[in-house]
Amino acid sequence: MFGYYLDLALRSLRRNKMLTALMVLAIALGIGASMTALTVLHVLSGDPLPDKSGSLYYVQVDPQDIKGIDPDKEPPYQVTLIDGLNLLRAARADHQALMTGGSVPVQPDQSSLDPFYVEARYTTADFFPMFDVPFLYGQGWTATEGEAKARDIVIAKSLNDKLFSGANSVGRTLRLAGVSFRVVGVLDSWQPNPHFYDLNTGSYAYGEDVFLPLQTMLQLRLDRGGSTDCWGNGGGGASGILPSDTCVWLQFWAQLDSPAKVTAYRDFLVHYSLDQKALGRFQRSPNVRLRNVMQWLDYNMVVPGDVRLQTWLAFGFLLVCLVNTVGLMLAKFMRRAGELGVRRALGASRRALFAQLLIESGVVGLVGGVGGLLLAMFGLWLVRQRPSDYAVLAHLDLSMLFTTFVLALCATLLAGLLPAWRACQIAPALQLKSN
Amino acid sequence: MQIQPILAALRRHRLATLLITMEIALACAVLCNACFLIANRIALMHVNSGVDETSLATVQLTGYETEQAVDLNARAISGLRNIPGMQSVTVLNSIPFGARRGTAGITLDPAGQHFGGVVEFYVGSQGSLEALGVRLVAGRGPQADDFHAFEGLMPGDASVQITRSLAEHLWPGVDPLGKELWVDKWHYRVVGIIDHLVRPDPAGWPEGSKDWSIFVPALPGKYLAGSYLLRAAPKDVPHVLRDARAVITKVAPDAVFDQEGSQTISDLRASTFRQDRAMAGMLVGVIVALLLVTALGIVGLASFWVQQRRRQIGIRRAIGATRSDILRYFQTENFLIVSFGIAIGMALAFLLNLLLMKSYELPHLPLYYLPVGALVLWALGQLAVLGPALRAAAVPPVVATRSV
Repeated sequence: MFGYYLDLALRSLRRNKMLTALMVLAIALGIGASMTALTVLHVLSGDPLPDKSGSLYYVQVDPQDIKGIDPDKEPPYQVTLIDGLNLLRAARADHQALMTGGSVPVQPDQSSLDPFYVEARYTTADFFPMFDVPFLYGQGWTATEGEAKARDIVIAKSLNDKLFSGANSVGRTLRLAGVSFRVVGVLDSWQPNPHFYDLNTGSYAYGEDVFLPLQTMLQLRLDRGGSTDCWGNGGGGASGILPSDTCVWLQFWAQLDSPAKVTAYRDFLVHYSLDQKALGRFQRSPNVRLRNVMQWLDYNMVVPGDVRLQTWLAFGFLLVCLVNTVGLMLAKFMRRAGELGVRRALGASRRALFAQLLIESGVVGLVGGVGGLLLAMFGLWLVRQRPSDYAVLAHLDLSMLFTTFVLALCATLLAGLLPAWRACQIAPALQLKSN
Repeated sequence: MQIQPILAALRRHRLATLLITMEIALACAVLCNACFLIANRIALMHVNSGVDETSLATVQLTGYETEQAVDLNARAISGLRNIPGMQSVTVLNSIPFGARRGTAGITLDPAGQHFGGVVEFYVGSQGSLEALGVRLVAGRGPQADDFHAFEGLMPGDASVQITRSLAEHLWPGVDPLGKELWVDKWHYRVVGIIDHLVRPDPAGWPEGSKDWSIFVPALPGKYLAGSYLLRAAPKDVPHVLRDARAVITKVAPDAVFDQEGSQTISDLRASTFRQDRAMAGMLVGVIVALLLVTALGIVGLASFWVQQRRRQIGIRRAIGATRSDILRYFQTENFLIVSFGIAIGMALAFLLNLLLMKSYELPHLPLYYLPVGALVLWALGQLAVLGPALRAAAVPPVVATRSV
């Protein structure tokens, strides 16, 4: 029966090419626009570390003074150096890392290369195992080496390709900001999107080229970037001066593998705040936050507002296209009232007619879906030409490909429901007589 | 033209009429709001900087030792000044649409109780305010003895020029000349009012605070170095900037020439608003596609009705209706349907605007968008229906005598 209805549908669609083309075009435009917007949204709101993001937590404590206190206020976005180091030494989590970012000048040995700046991440040792960072050669430094302010450095694949033509450079030296460092590891391609562990750098398509121990950076006073928030008489943070103790400028991440550990860690942070208050460092009552990766990204509203707006617009457009298709489909089905009347008179049930008409709209949906897919690919190509930092990421993946067809099919079937139902209401006798 | 029979006919096709009305209404709502969003983006892109953008460029140097700053300044400035066509080279910490180095909160009392707002401090050497080309509207510009050497991020005490919008915000209705303001313990006196001086990052600030800027005169030194404002005749600016790069490599090989930061102010402005231009382009695309789909929907449905009513049209023609009567019938019908759609669409547009205002920083939809949107849709409807209506007018009276 299905085959017969499919044949009927194709015949009917071929009979009125103009109307069919209009319907397919409307569906294709609507699907194309909404899939483009949806893909961009999907890519941008994706999970940067799907296997692990649930157990990685961003730690916030509130070390601010009492001035302008507001009980419901969120603690600062980052931690102070003292708190970071205290939490690090407490080592209550499965893994923990304290970090900040900056840029350092690289002075290559080759005379053919001018000195250039690279983005750097200054972090403690657990960064690599905690974020599952893949290594091509060598490995990260150890916690002891970090504490010893070792001149160790891990470089990204791209920098290794540029300086050492992709060879195993472990053990080679590299001069950064006038200091010699020993390469201990080379990363494989690694660029989590969004750049969740430090959102100050811009959220998308950002990656560091060198990683070196935080303690080393503190000793060498390397330049740092990102944000510094101070209160009271805090300041500093420029030209080799570290921010003062009343400034937050570092990120602290902890890996907590079970819900029990999360509760325990939150209790620990509250106790830590109380201790610091007893010592006179903290003035406010404990105000701590523990957010996992996705909660942290949500809280920071990482997905740009423009992208959300685009998605809304695209779906508004799809709605207009669907209403349009409903109208056209109604015209098409009602025009065939005579034929449908004959089929009814010959004994076809309403249900059979309904199924036949829905199959016809399904065919329109499928063809529209293919057109929509092509349009979405074109749309994504257009997005990639745009100047945003996330533009390069806009690619269609398999799940989105599948979604395109499901969306197209569902949308057209939905659009076909009303016209098909109307067409089935025709009284066969009346229709035959009027002809 | 009688409207009564048209309405009677439409009543027979309630569902189809309803659908096309809905489509017009949705199109009207999206159209008005999309146009409004475009207008907002364009207004944002045309923010008045108050400076002579076409005559200005900047050179940004990094990577030098702080101890070298004074020496570097001297070498860079004298080198850059020798470039042919260069009118002036001055040191300025922040650059309109470029580097941002002086954002700070100010208070109106030394105790720090009365918060004034977050403003941009442009700390500049002698001649930099004049080089920017801002217009002084009251008080005086910086004089030679206003420029002092300083330690730290900003001079601790200075006579400053502030923008008019900032003055009106801080001291509404009062003469701002001679007023004082503080950043923690640093203290500043207002001696001049300038017309406009945009922040380096106007896009991130709400309307009305986009040019809350303060010019602080200071002598170049350890903490005011590496950021230069170049002024030349508009036609010379590109080549002056090109030459500047070569000069810097020669006179200051110890510093890194920041490619991304060193640009003409016009280019910096363009890249500041790239995102907005792209978004406006996308909105235009949505509008075009929307109008296209709506027009196609009207064509499709009108064609169907014409075909369905061939016999009736034939009868009307046979009993004396002229071609233009038939043409006008379909045109009036379309006009009525589009009018219903617009009426609903205006309410929808208003609702959509309220929804957008909740999540985005948008003002109310100005009322004049609605009649303009209505005119566009009426025109679109008439254009779309013209083809089918002409086909209807071409139906010969003889059709009346045939069955089907």
